[in-house]
Amino acid sequence: MPVLDNMRAFLRREQIWDYLIPDREVMVQGPGGPILYVEDVTLSFDGFKALNALSLYINKGELRCIIGANGAGKSTMMDVITGKLRPDTGSVYFGKNINLLKLSEPEIATCGVGRKFQKPTVFENHTVLQNLELAMRANKKVLPTLFARLDSGRADRLQDVLATIGLEAEQKRLAGSLSHGQKQWLEIGVLLIQDPQLLLVDEPVAGMTPQETERTAQLLTSLAGEHSVVVVEHDMEFVRSIARTVTVLHQGSVLAEGSMQQIQDNPQVREVYLGE
Amino acid sequence: MASHYVQSNPLFVKFADDKWGNILLIAILLTTVIVAVGNLLVPPESPFHVSTYMVTLLGKYLAFALLALSVDLIWGYAGILSLGHGAFFALGGYAMGMYLMRQIGDRGVYGNPDLPDFMVFLDWHELPWYWSGFESFGYAMLMVVLVPGLLAFIFGWLAFRSRVTGVYLSIITQALTYALLLAFFRNEMGFGGNNGLTDFKDILGYSLQSDATRIALFAASAAALVLGYLLCRWITRSKLGRVLIAIRDAEDRTRFVGYKVESYKLFVFVLSAALAGVAGALYVPQVGIINPGEFSPLNSIELVIWVAVGGRATLFGAIVGALLINYCKTWFTGALPELWLFFLGAIFVLSTMFLPRGIVGLLHRKGESS
Amino acid sequence: MLRLIVGLVLACSINNMVLAGGDDSLAVRLDALAAAKLSKMPAQIDLLAGMDDPRAAVVLQALLDGQLYARKSDKRLFIATPAADKSLLLTDPLGLVQPGAAKKNEFKRIAVNNRMRSQLRYAIARANLQSPDPLQRQAAVLRLLDDLDPAVLVLLDEAAEDESDEGVLGLVYIARGMIALDSDDRLEKMAAIELLSGNLQPLVKNRLQQVLARDDNGDLLETDAVIVKKARVALAAIDSKAGVYKFLETTFFGLSLGSVLLLSAIGLAITFGVMGVINMAHGELIMLGAYTTYVVQLMMPDHLEYSLLVAVPAAFLVSGLVGVAIERGIIQFLYGRPLETLLATFGVSLILQQAVRSIFSPLNRSVATPEWMSGALQINPVFALTYNRMYILVFALIVFVLLLLLLKKTTLGLQFRAVAQNRAMARAMGIRSQWVDAMTFGLGSGIAGIAGVALSQLTNVGPNLGQAYIIDSFMVVVFGGVGNLWGTLVSAFSLGVASKFVEPMAGAVLAKILILVFIILFIQKNPRGLFPQQGRAE
Repeated sequence: MPVLDNMRAFLRREQIWDYLIPDREVMVQGPGGPILYVEDVTLSFDGFKALNALSLYINKGELRCIIGANGAGKSTMMDVITGKLRPDTGSVYFGKNINLLKLSEPEIATCGVGRKFQKPTVFENHTVLQNLELAMRANKKVLPTLFARLDSGRADRLQDVLATIGLEAEQKRLAGSLSHGQKQWLEIGVLLIQDPQLLLVDEPVAGMTPQETERTAQLLTSLAGEHSVVVVEHDMEFVRSIARTVTVLHQGSVLAEGSMQQIQDNPQVREVYLGE
Repeated sequence: MASHYVQSNPLFVKFADDKWGNILLIAILLTTVIVAVGNLLVPPESPFHVSTYMVTLLGKYLAFALLALSVDLIWGYAGILSLGHGAFFALGGYAMGMYLMRQIGDRGVYGNPDLPDFMVFLDWHELPWYWSGFESFGYAMLMVVLVPGLLAFIFGWLAFRSRVTGVYLSIITQALTYALLLAFFRNEMGFGGNNGLTDFKDILGYSLQSDATRIALFAASAAALVLGYLLCRWITRSKLGRVLIAIRDAEDRTRFVGYKVESYKLFVFVLSAALAGVAGALYVPQVGIINPGEFSPLNSIELVIWVAVGGRATLFGAIVGALLINYCKTWFTGALPELWLFFLGAIFVLSTMFLPRGIVGLLHRKGESS
Repeated sequence: MLRLIVGLVLACSINNMVLAGGDDSLAVRLDALAAAKLSKMPAQIDLLAGMDDPRAAVVLQALLDGQLYARKSDKRLFIATPAADKSLLLTDPLGLVQPGAAKKNEFKRIAVNNRMRSQLRYAIARANLQSPDPLQRQAAVLRLLDDLDPAVLVLLDEAAEDESDEGVLGLVYIARGMIALDSDDRLEKMAAIELLSGNLQPLVKNRLQQVLARDDNGDLLETDAVIVKKARVALAAIDSKAGVYKFLETTFFGLSLGSVLLLSAIGLAITFGVMGVINMAHGELIMLGAYTTYVVQLMMPDHLEYSLLVAVPAAFLVSGLVGVAIERGIIQFLYGRPLETLLATFGVSLILQQAVRSIFSPLNRSVATPEWMSGALQINPVFALTYNRMYILVFALIVFVLLLLLLKKTTLGLQFRAVAQNRAMARAMGIRSQWVDAMTFGLGSGIAGIAGVALSQLTNVGPNLGQAYIIDSFMVVVFGGVGNLWGTLVSAFSLGVASKFVEPMAGAVLAKILILVFIILFIQKNPRGLFPQQGRAE
């Protein structure tokens, strides 16, 4: 008797209607527990298993590096977490309550997962400041956006992030005219200003000069703690300089996990990744 | 695809204060006054007299300019290349045409007070349900905006939600207008088939043949264009406008920053369709006919080229392009009709190859060198 | 005016001929016929029918059709048909003079009455039944079915005696059945119904329906319930059999449309699918192919039957070269900018259309169909396959297979696919990607030209020919899945068959609209088409 049940629910005095529940902020438990659960995720393209029963847990405030050969499934994993691809099986939870597989890309972004693409992607025809303004937390529905105004509190916040990524002097420049490294930083800034709980950073130092790489390493380490950061990178030197925990992906699943030292000593990893 | 031309080009910033746009708006208003005075007050034998033919021609250009504006809004800013925008223009035109048909009353050839001539001819006995209400001007004007808007909403909702983008979207918009073209050719549709709607007598009780009505329609077109321009300018300069450009340049990035790209596209697409509908409604009483030919895919592509020639992503450019190409069309079809399609074809080829920023870009380059 | 003069000249020459051909026995008979009064005509007709002269049968047929005229001045007989300008187009039954035109009021039609009409029919049938051509004999029996009476039965039995052609015998069999239907004998009648059951001749169906005719009160004229039932069953059998053939016919038309779609889309499948280039001028390349056929026929008017064999390679070359020119001149500068390519090639299409209009005139040109492609393969009275559609169907499949082989088995094909998959890598391996681009585009365009040759056999050749096919072709390619030739094949045939099956229900235009709407919705659901290309998304 579902009709009757609905009627009863309707008449119950302590009934709380879904639409009355405020948009919940991301509910994350205390420090130390995982913030991202990727469990048993499989995804195949025409029979080729890009992800094969992949399980991965990221703790709050952690800086995690993920390495693996080309085609190991690193970018595919990012695509699954951010909602661009749907896995065949498995589950992906953000915090304890949010099932990411049920959300669209913008919803995932809004609830606190930021992503930096492998190829730096910024809005080239907007200035640096406008890039950050667009990304800033706000009501991102159509009409509120049409009437949006920038208040001083938000303007200050923009300046803070500009300082963090070191682009204060460039704020009026069009993003398309920035150097490669500056674009990478701007994209990280675009992530930061969304106040994400989790940052997924795909190859942040590709094409950077050693100085730029060093600054990026500092930036990312400083972010960890307050945010959880997942870095996918090929540059082993860079990984060694920032990593606390490293996960090795191979053929779509986790091959090994541990400190850099442990990874380097792991015979399996040496065999498949370092080629020994 | 990201268009890099704006970033390498301070134009985007330079025109941001829209000096040219303001000049254009003032020019349009001045022209309206001059044309009105020149047509109504200056005697016909004076060299300063503006003929009614010229008034209608200019009014038509203004309606086309509004149409170009609507295309620029979605193509220039949101990167949606619609090759079927003529359909929305035509639908708006048909809505207006239906009102004008109902105004004819019993002055038609058959003198039937309830049915338009073509229905009498087809031996219909009552007005189809979708014709009811069109005797009211207010209702008809509502439909001018609602019908194209609704079609755009349904089509856009389906297309954008499934992430049909780029050339695929262009091709299916073309198929859409082609399907409508075929549909409106059918007599059974109840829109006059092949011949469309014509033989209009008056609008709001004023004869369409009188000079004063012509001037009023011309002024209405000018006003609609100015208001449309202001509306588009407001939108493109708001944060929403910046989101649109962001979608055009990096759709995925925009999505991962938290914007529902589909909703934004749908919003501008519907708005643009409604604008096109208004343009169509202004066009029909001035030319005195609306027929299925307006749905032809060729029309829709042609109007895209107005925008391309003028300079996409500048509202000013869209209007300049529409006025210029249409002036050329009038000139060619009068003087060298054989050569018009050669010319138009060459414009398509040359402007895409050598004028990616349109005439506005050319003006700018000239300004730079001097 | 000219016609009249010709007519007069003709009239004079005919006079002379009569004198010259005086010893012709047919001429004598004809003069007698012309002179006879109405009451004496049956006798004259019998005499004519008894002649062993095929020309006599022609005269009798003309008399039956009301096309036999006598010239008032000299009572000479002519077979004549009225022309649009109220003159008469004359032929001489004696075959002595060339046909020509003349004024109507100089001639008088020879009138016949009903009795003479059946006499004529009978005489003509008898003459035709003796014709050496089995098809002629079949036609004669068919004509007799119209107006059956026991006298005809005698004639048929006579004919069947030394008949060896199965088609003629089958028809005679039916005719016997239909005559037997009128019999008063119940059993004979039932046997006749059984015999006719499932026969597809339209006349048989009419005749059986007459058995079920009702009087003014709505009661059946036939009182025997068993016969009524049998007749109903027999009619149902005819209808279901006709239904099957109707289905086959619709399928054939669908496949035929599919083959046209395949031909016009397959070139696009290469340029759009393999190269990612939107070529809006594709339709005009088809049009160029059709005009090439026209020009080829102009150049070899005496060898029309070979013209298509020449036109196919010629159209391939013409359209292919134009395609290469478009690629080298425009498209190569626009790679990676699909929307700009679309607009630029659209400009090219406008120029090509106007060029054709200026060179050949805006009117449609007619392209002749060679003898071997006209006509139809008549499988039974309700089902025929037209040769031109069959040839085009086969031709489309051959082109498809050749293209597939070219892409799969040749070095050029290997290079195509390499460039399509990874341009930079292909270049690094020493493939001249620019050359491959030009060749691919030329190939796609050349196939469009070939499609034009085929289309010239089915539709009018005019400057707008291409426009009519461009949207359909895009739909086929997108529906099938871009970059997949098999997808294009399946998509073309399924869309073709689907439209032909929707057409009888909704009408041609509505069917087209419905198919378009269907594809629009389908693409929105499956943006990558029926058979998406394998591999990772994006």
